[in-house]
Amino acid sequence: MAVLETHNLTYIYSQGTPFEKTAVDCVNLKIEEGEMIGVMGHTGSGKSTLIQHFNGLLKPTSGEVLLDGVDIWADKSKIRDVRFKVGLVFQYPEYQIFEETVYKDIAFGCKNMGLDDDEIKKRVLETAHDIGLKEELLKRSPFDLSGGQKRRVAIAGVMAMNPRVLILDEPTAGLDPAGRDMIISHIKNYHKRMGNTVLIVSHSMEDIAGFADKILVMNKGSLFCYDDTEKVFSRAEEISQIGLDVPQITKVFIELKKRGFDFGKDVYTTGYAKNLLLKYLKGAV
Amino acid sequence: MLKDITIGQFFPGESIIHRLDPRFKIVITLVYILMLFTGENFICLAIGAFFTIIAIVMSKIPLKMFIKSIKPIFPFLLLTAILNILFVRTGDVLFEWRFIKITVDGVNISVFMIIRITLLIMGSSLLTYTTSPITLTDAIERLLSPLKKIKVPVHELAMMMSIALRFIPTLIEETDKIMSAQKARGAEIDTGSLMTRAKNLVAILIPLFVSSFRRADELATAMECRCYNGGEGRTRLRQLKSTTKDYVALAIAIAFYAAAIVVNIIMK
Repeated sequence: MAVLETHNLTYIYSQGTPFEKTAVDCVNLKIEEGEMIGVMGHTGSGKSTLIQHFNGLLKPTSGEVLLDGVDIWADKSKIRDVRFKVGLVFQYPEYQIFEETVYKDIAFGCKNMGLDDDEIKKRVLETAHDIGLKEELLKRSPFDLSGGQKRRVAIAGVMAMNPRVLILDEPTAGLDPAGRDMIISHIKNYHKRMGNTVLIVSHSMEDIAGFADKILVMNKGSLFCYDDTEKVFSRAEEISQIGLDVPQITKVFIELKKRGFDFGKDVYTTGYAKNLLLKYLKGAV
Repeated sequence: MLKDITIGQFFPGESIIHRLDPRFKIVITLVYILMLFTGENFICLAIGAFFTIIAIVMSKIPLKMFIKSIKPIFPFLLLTAILNILFVRTGDVLFEWRFIKITVDGVNISVFMIIRITLLIMGSSLLTYTTSPITLTDAIERLLSPLKKIKVPVHELAMMMSIALRFIPTLIEETDKIMSAQKARGAEIDTGSLMTRAKNLVAILIPLFVSSFRRADELATAMECRCYNGGEGRTRLRQLKSTTKDYVALAIAIAFYAAAIVVNIIMK
C-alpha cells in the first residue's frame, strides 16, 4: 500500500492579492513504502511547496494528502503526529540549529515526541553514527562546527525521529563535491538500516541518478512525470525541454547512439557506463 | 500568521497615487494627519473620510488590504472605545449601574476616536502601499536634508532606515522558514500551552538572531567591497522630480485641511 498519496493537490499562494500564484496544480501521486525517490524540478516549479504538504506544514487549497490512506487534515489536532511520521529537512537546515550542544539539538525532535531519555540517547547515538558525526562532537556547541558538520547535525535531528518518510530538500546545496557524496552516502546508509521511504530534492542529476529508485519531476506546478529512474532519463529530450538536465554520462551515450553505437539501454551512472564500455571494448577486440 | 502583517508592505502599481513624487506624498500624509487631529467634530471626520476614500479608489488597491491593515490595531481600538465609554461622565446618561455610567458624550467620543484612528491608519497605509520603501527613504532623506547643516547625519539615518525596511520582508520570510523547520521537528508554536509556546519561541529566536548577525556581517562586507563610505558625493540612479500634478495633489490636500479648519471654527 502506498504510504503517501495525494489527490488533486492544489495550493495557491496569497489567494486574493496581486501576488496570487498557483504553486502546485492538481497533483496526483502515490509513493510506495521503502523507496528512495529523487525529486527534480526547476526553481519555482513547486517542488518545495509540494513537499511541505506531505507533513502538513501547508494545508492544501484543495485536494488532499493521504498518509497510510488517511487524510492528514481529517483531524487537525493530530497534525503533529503526521510531522513525526513524515520528517522534513529544509534547505540549509543548519540555520535552524539553536541548542547549546549538538546532542541536545539532535534530541530536540525526539523530546517533542515525548520519548524517554534512554530511548532519546539511543536514537541520538545511532543517528549520529549513521550521519558520520563522531561521539565527541555531541558535547560541543553546534555553532562551533564547520558548515558541513552543522548540516549533518540538522539532518540527524530529523532522522532521529525515525520518520516513516524522510524528505530532504536539497541536502547537498552549497557543499563541495566531497561533502555532497558524503551526505548522500550517509543518507543511503540510514535508508538501508531503517528501510523507510526517503525523498530527496536535488538539482544535481548526477546525484539523483546515483541513488534514486524513482524520480519525480515537477514542472510549473504540475507533476511532469513520476517513474522509475531509467524510464525518466530515457525521456532525456523532454526533460531538457523543461529546462532540466540529464546526467552528463547520459548525454554522452545519447550522442554515441546518434553516431551508431547503440547500447540498447539508457545509461545514467558512470559506474554502469564504465562496465558497459569495458564489455563492449573487450567484445570488439 | 506572519503573512498577515501588511504594515510597510508595498503594492506595485501604476495608479496616479503610485506615481506621485514620494516627497509630496509624505507631506500630503502629514497634512492629512494634521487634518484628522484638528478636526473636532464629525463633519471634519467626514471630510477626512471623503479624502481617504477618493485616494483609496484612485490608488486601485483592493479595499481588503486596508481592512487587513486595521486588524492588528483592532484590540487597541476596542480598548480606547471602552475606556472612553466608561470614563467620560458628562452629557445625558444613557445607562447607569452601580459605578458604571454610560453617557451620550462618552459614546460620541469613542465612536469619534475609532473613526479617527481608523482613518489615520488607512491613510498612512496608503502611503506605504503605494510607495516602495526605497523611494520612501530617499524622499525622507531629501526632506530632511536641510538638517545636515546642523550636523544631523541625515544620509546615515536614511541608509539605516532603508536597510531596516529592506530586511523586514527578509526577516519575516526567515522567521517563517525557521518556524516551519521547528514545526517539522514537532515544536508546538501555534498550538500547545502558553509555557511550551514560550519555550519554543527560543527555538525560533536563536536561529533568527544568528542569521541576522550573519546577514548584517555579509551586508557590511558587501558594502565595503563596493567602496561605500557614506553620503558624501553620492549620486542617484533615480532622481526625484516634482511635476504639476504633485503640486495639484498637495493643493487639494491643503484645501481639505482648510475646509476642516473652517468647519471647526463654524461649529464652535
